[in-house]
Amino acid sequence: MSVSFLLRLALLVLLLTFLANPQAFEPVFAPFAANGAPAIYTQSSLVALTLSHLAMVAAATLAATIVSVGFAILVTRPSGREFLPLSRSIANIGQTFPPVAVLALAVPVFGFGPIPTLIALFLYGLLPVFENALTGLTSIPASVQEAARGVGMTGGQRLVGVELPLALPIILAGIRLTAVISLGTATIGSTVAARTLGEVIIAGLTSNNTAFVLQGGLIVAMLALFIHEGFALLETALSRRTGGAQPA
Amino acid sequence: MGRAQTAGTGLAVGMRTGTYTDAGRKRRSGLDRLGAVLVVIAAAGLVFQPFSLVRPNRIVAAKPVALLSALPPLEAGLVLAVVIAACAVLLFRTGPALRLGVSVLTLAVLAMAIGRAGVYLTPTANSYARVAPGGAFWMMAFAFSIVLADASARLRLTPLSRLGLLALIAGAVGLLLYSGAWDSLSILREYANRADVFWREARVHLLLAVGSLAAAALVGIPLGILCFRVRPLRAALLNSLNILQTIPSMALFGLLIAPLAWVGAHVPGASAIGIAGIGVAPAFVALFAYSLLPMVSNTVAGLESVPPQARDAARGMGMTARQRFFEVDMPLAFPVVLTGIRIVLVQNLGLAVLAGLIGGGGFGTFVFQGISQTATDLVLLGALPTVALAFAAAIVLDALVEIANPTPARSPEA
Repeated sequence: MSVSFLLRLALLVLLLTFLANPQAFEPVFAPFAANGAPAIYTQSSLVALTLSHLAMVAAATLAATIVSVGFAILVTRPSGREFLPLSRSIANIGQTFPPVAVLALAVPVFGFGPIPTLIALFLYGLLPVFENALTGLTSIPASVQEAARGVGMTGGQRLVGVELPLALPIILAGIRLTAVISLGTATIGSTVAARTLGEVIIAGLTSNNTAFVLQGGLIVAMLALFIHEGFALLETALSRRTGGAQPA
Repeated sequence: MGRAQTAGTGLAVGMRTGTYTDAGRKRRSGLDRLGAVLVVIAAAGLVFQPFSLVRPNRIVAAKPVALLSALPPLEAGLVLAVVIAACAVLLFRTGPALRLGVSVLTLAVLAMAIGRAGVYLTPTANSYARVAPGGAFWMMAFAFSIVLADASARLRLTPLSRLGLLALIAGAVGLLLYSGAWDSLSILREYANRADVFWREARVHLLLAVGSLAAAALVGIPLGILCFRVRPLRAALLNSLNILQTIPSMALFGLLIAPLAWVGAHVPGASAIGIAGIGVAPAFVALFAYSLLPMVSNTVAGLESVPPQARDAARGMGMTARQRFFEVDMPLAFPVVLTGIRIVLVQNLGLAVLAGLIGGGGFGTFVFQGISQTATDLVLLGALPTVALAFAAAIVLDALVEIANPTPARSPEA
């Protein structure tokens, strides 16, 4: 446990040092840059690209979370049950749309830039959160529901005080999935001129420079790793506090 | 791990879980809330959006044309009457069978109308003008497709009848394409200009998606069985596959260029079978790498889901280890493995688009060409077949999973 913790800490320090001073790593990447091409991407600052990448993922994940949790709450209330099968179908159908296709189809409508990417990430993020929120909200033991009703809680109080806290670890697992998938998918956004780390990868692809592809890909992969770990820690802490419900 | 399981719940779940609703839906007649929302969407499209878009050539700005001027007066009136009648049916609580019929009929009328509008709006003998479907068409198509999805979910169609419905729709679209009814639409104009290339790229796309799936199944299922048997291996292998999954797809495609170029240049016979840095090979290997995790983890999950009692009973009957494996473990794990195949196929059909970025071919070629030329029709020519393939693959495999697994382990009421 402590060894793997130290390993992760070392990786995090490595990533931050690289972002702060990429030129220091020039010798590491130099062997991958053919024909005397630069080994480190300098057209834009890697820190700015990373921040813009993370901001885009965060915005899309947040929006997807609000919408899917909202819908999951609506369709699990007695008045909204008739929408449940349909909302499930729509979220599933959304997932079969390839993200590149969503990007490509959004460009004619919204133009180049961050908007098509945000839309694709948002649509792609809906299903994992929605599925998990549904599982969380529908798997609360009947005895707990009865007890809450018995002490005289209203529907709204039960939702805020009982159902959501109990479902939170499972919902968080869905958000983690969405964030990690979005982090990788956001790189594709750079094909339609969104500012993400994909810019570095594309620069490498078009100029045949493996060093660029490698550093762009590595930064994204490490970010995904840390986000995954961070959420996992949060989930275990929460499910320990609420005493039970195992994250999916 | 979690990813595989969550994604695995598939379309079938949405279509299978109709049970909740009919209890919640009151039998008395009155306004249908979902129908009302969809009618508002369709009506807003009809009023505020053009039915067709006319461009003097493929890249200039489009001139919007409303439904009533996009068709000869008689036909326009007929289409409008059908849409209004369909909306009236949707607005009130009606049986799902009626709603299914109405939505299929309306979609068919819209499909024919958009083709007729193309013929009507194209100036005679002008090969540069482009007529494309507009917002009104897409919004109405969306609303009635949702009705179709909702009605088939409520009817709780059996897997076979879902496949039948899919075949019917695919057949109808095929017939429309074959008959030439849509030939004057801009997407098909793009197609006509490059029909040979289209089918070549379609073959490459399918080869990439299905070939890498087959390779991943051949490697991943045995690996999954091994992981199930050798516990220490399981965590190590699944963790490393999980890390592989975090590498962004675009970067993985790019990173494989250099090593494969080296293999192509240095390993005898490698270049003869098409291994090179640019092209199909890196795309194939990248798709294969992404497919491994769902295959391995679903095989492990499937074997884990075999009840110990079944194994005990088999042992008690005196079955040998080999018999237990092939006659008990594998058949019981099969539906979960099939779910893994479903996830991989849908994912690969979408990811194969990225092969277009590294010269690997497939429908991505059209998508990225279209993006760089800002030619929407070309983008659609690549994107629509991709979406249709992924969607059809999801429906077919979900039906197969349900057939293989007649009693779903996860019932929503539990």
